[in-house]
Amino acid sequence: MNSLETFSGHRGLQLEEHLIFETGSTEQSGVDLAEPKGLAMKIGNLDRGAIDLPGLSEPQTVRHFVRLSQKNHSIDAGLYPLGSCTMKHNPRLNEKMARLPGFGDIHPLQPTSTVQGALELMDQLSHWLMTLTGMPAVALSPKAGAHGELCGMMAIHAAIEAKGELETRRRVLVPESAHGTNPATAALLGFVVDEIPANANGRVDLQAFREKLGPDVAAIMLTNPNTCGLFEPDIIEIADAIHEVGGYFYCDGANFNAIVGRVRPGDLGVDAMHINLHKTFSTPHGGGGPGSGPTVLSDRLAAFAPLPFVVKTENGLDLCETYEASDTIADAKPFGRMVAFHGQMGMFVRALSYMMSHGSDGLRRVAEDAVLNANYILSSLQDVMSAPFEGPCMHEALFDDGFLKGTGIDTLDFAKAMIDEGYHPMTMYFPLVVHGAMLIEPTETESKQTIDEFISTMRSLVNAAKSGDTQRFKLAPQLAPRRRLDEIQAARNPILRYRKIELAEAAE
Amino acid sequence: MSAIKYTKDHEWVRLDGDVATVGISDYAQAQLGDVVFVEVPDVGKSVQQGDEAAVVESVKAASEVYAPVSGEVVGVNGDLEGNPAAVNEAAMDGGWFFQMRLSDPAELDGLMDEATYTDYVKELG
Amino acid sequence: MRYLPLSQPDREALLGRIGVTNIDALFKDVPGAARLDGPVDLPPHASEMDVERQLGAMARKNITAGDVPFFCGGGAYKHHVPASVDHIIQRSEFLTSYTPYQPEITQGTLQYLFEFQTQISELTGMEVANASMYDGSTATAEAVLMAHRVKRRKKAVLSGRLHPHYTGVVENLSDMGGYELVQKDPTLSGDEKLADLVDEDTSCVVVQYPDFFGSVEDFTELAAAVQAKGALLIVAVTEIVSLGLLRAPGDMGADIVVGEGQSIGNGLNFGGPYVGLFATRQKFVRQMPGRLCGETVDSDGKRGFVLTLSTREQHIRRDKATSNICTNSGLCALAFTAHMTLLGGAGLRKLAILNHEKMLELVSRLEAETGMKPANDMFFNEITVELPVPAAQVVEALAKNNIIAGIPVSRLLPNAKMDNQLLIAATETVTDRDIDTLISALKEVTA
Repeated sequence: MNSLETFSGHRGLQLEEHLIFETGSTEQSGVDLAEPKGLAMKIGNLDRGAIDLPGLSEPQTVRHFVRLSQKNHSIDAGLYPLGSCTMKHNPRLNEKMARLPGFGDIHPLQPTSTVQGALELMDQLSHWLMTLTGMPAVALSPKAGAHGELCGMMAIHAAIEAKGELETRRRVLVPESAHGTNPATAALLGFVVDEIPANANGRVDLQAFREKLGPDVAAIMLTNPNTCGLFEPDIIEIADAIHEVGGYFYCDGANFNAIVGRVRPGDLGVDAMHINLHKTFSTPHGGGGPGSGPTVLSDRLAAFAPLPFVVKTENGLDLCETYEASDTIADAKPFGRMVAFHGQMGMFVRALSYMMSHGSDGLRRVAEDAVLNANYILSSLQDVMSAPFEGPCMHEALFDDGFLKGTGIDTLDFAKAMIDEGYHPMTMYFPLVVHGAMLIEPTETESKQTIDEFISTMRSLVNAAKSGDTQRFKLAPQLAPRRRLDEIQAARNPILRYRKIELAEAAE
Repeated sequence: MSAIKYTKDHEWVRLDGDVATVGISDYAQAQLGDVVFVEVPDVGKSVQQGDEAAVVESVKAASEVYAPVSGEVVGVNGDLEGNPAAVNEAAMDGGWFFQMRLSDPAELDGLMDEATYTDYVKELG
Repeated sequence: MRYLPLSQPDREALLGRIGVTNIDALFKDVPGAARLDGPVDLPPHASEMDVERQLGAMARKNITAGDVPFFCGGGAYKHHVPASVDHIIQRSEFLTSYTPYQPEITQGTLQYLFEFQTQISELTGMEVANASMYDGSTATAEAVLMAHRVKRRKKAVLSGRLHPHYTGVVENLSDMGGYELVQKDPTLSGDEKLADLVDEDTSCVVVQYPDFFGSVEDFTELAAAVQAKGALLIVAVTEIVSLGLLRAPGDMGADIVVGEGQSIGNGLNFGGPYVGLFATRQKFVRQMPGRLCGETVDSDGKRGFVLTLSTREQHIRRDKATSNICTNSGLCALAFTAHMTLLGGAGLRKLAILNHEKMLELVSRLEAETGMKPANDMFFNEITVELPVPAAQVVEALAKNNIIAGIPVSRLLPNAKMDNQLLIAATETVTDRDIDTLISALKEVTA
């Protein structure tokens, strides 16, 4: 490996970049603005004076952010096998459509008569989501998956309250393999979380589940396919059992990519399911958001859908935004409002653009190819890695760290070595039900060639681990823009913003 | 000073007169990894045996620390705020969490002694 | 189909390797009753050209803010965003990257989040800020929950001058979570005497700055009074550009500042995606919801950044998490950071002054030419004006003439007996001609 020491600190095309506070100045600006007229202001004595934040010219700003971008991996650059995240290709048509001024440059509170096209788009998106899921209603406003979960559980909370059973129904059943947002959401609403163990096949233990049923159960929160990448074959029985005791079935839709166009959650007895538009429906992850989490609702819950929602009138489309307005709509008992305005319109446009592009035939293919790719990986690696559950899997393949036993290498080390090989690691340590979990979701937008290369690299890494090439893993990553970072220090002494005092310390 | 006693959740308690000192075992700190933060209970708080009394955080996990016996919190280890690593370096000693005045010393009889706890940990594998 | 790389021969090869003859075998766990035999009843796949035609037609049915005299505010503001901002956020490595859980290969995201946190901290006058929330309304609700946690109390006092949608979100979360609210009715002016409503069960008082009606008020005394009673002051800022000119809420003694960052870097987008802001005192940092980015070093001693204090978050604390949040608004925060970098402190101040001056001009002309005066003594770039007739019908009539005159207060507050009140915003994007057009139209319709 080339260990040339450069004078600049840069290494070829790997360019270091300062913080803007270290290069800019408070007097500099990259925006040309008119000169203020110096009118007498009407702000009392609340003028704050100068602001201690630096600006940069346009060339410097562009360079700064371009250099930062070069330190990021992305799905555009390579396979991102993150289980549960559905890192599929983000079509650029989506970006073009979202930027049409007719969608991007409209205000949520301009008269609804002036945004009929926007309401039409929301209506169309609703239609696609309801048809794909087989559900009669959808709440579009949740801003992210976890927010959609909250929406679904709030609808359930409202339904239980409407029956006068809120005092007695306090328990929510959640599998131990569930994503952390599930128990967090239930707890936020004052429910008590009761965990259901998994059976030896990685599915909900039906017997254990039945034993936990009772008239005090408000709901079950299930992910299907579950977080181990497996379809729950007893799901209809589970739904029936929950309904029999008067409870509700919340389904976490994070894994919808495995079944879209092939199975409708409505046919499984689901009462509420959030959909991650940034997973199944290709809206970009953006380095951590924005997402969008529309939530489909069954007949049992449709009445409680939150404000606002689109309504059809004789003059066209309108928005029902207030309780006063919903009082005039038969059967509407909205539980309230989840967010200001109407939801993530920018993501609605992108998702509908994607849905229309694929169509119903294409979306069915999406699920099939996603499941194919994941099973291909499972079949091609299970002889050298350890899969805790028998295949076939759905859209993601789960391994545990059993195959690393005795090597002195753990899941984390293995993942960091993948970075040196040019891959973003798979999801690590989730789900919690297996030791040292490695969850791999290729999605349908990877070619066979890419997957073959990935499989080959993984096999080589496993071989290296088993034949004592420990340093490769312990020292990894060695080739990334940064080596392993001291997260302990970051948590013990959090430095959460830039302060000029740092310069003085650095000079010492 | 009485002998040290342990709970199944890896808390230790050591009685000195009528004040008991509580911490987490060496096994527990090793399982947790580097401790980054400890949330200690308020002085004056009353706890029953088994109640959540404190929280110990590493980078990857946060664990509840339960009161091994019932009583009132009379002191907390102020050192842990600036030096949470003390829990890793001296779990049985300088890394103590809080002190309690016991309301029912007989509860100590139900806890494990050193030898029993050592066996218990061996079983956990 | 263009997003599906697998060819039919590929699929056959994969099936062969797996050891099944067809794809249905991989769906064997699906109960028979739920198996769909064919595609659902929706249109089949379409070319880019077809999709563009259909969506383009929908887009053309909307009146675009940039095409007409435009005066809507109410929590979302039209500002000019420099071209390079949109270019930056469309770079593959920002647009298509994931949450920075593997920091070694996501330093780009982490560094801009650190810069964002610094900018928000400085603008709000608070010691620490997080890496963004979904939007201002959910940030406000989360702030109330945080106050309940910090103070171990269950009641919040809300000003009647909060954005009604923000109030709605707080109401909903409080109701479902079993908390209490004390709310003032909406009023345009006068002392709300919020501190008087604080008792030993109250964790916080929530105010908006500038308020929903556009008014600006000094909260320094209120902060002291509220804190003297053991509660926290939460200040919500829906127009972040206002902090380019107005005293920072932190400097008035706020304990938590929340807000909407849309005005900087992000377009109107019919209400989303937006970017929530959340800032507070250092001593409360472990009670803060949302993601946090912190500085550290790598094993070579080089400075780097990581997500930190994650044990507060759902993926670790599960049912004891500070919140159930999983996402921030990453790309929107990047847009904010990029635009704010281009502006700089001096540029933001100038921009803010231009906004205020635009509204000063509008107010002065409105008064001179129609006799109408704003309800607000002090304001930034938004005012509330009483029309002689219901504002909703005026707005509708002007819209038919391609003028978006503002927001009728009755749209958000149908029962507040404010039917004649019109909320008008004027940013730097408003021209003198726009003001001419608005004023003549208002004169006509109210004559």
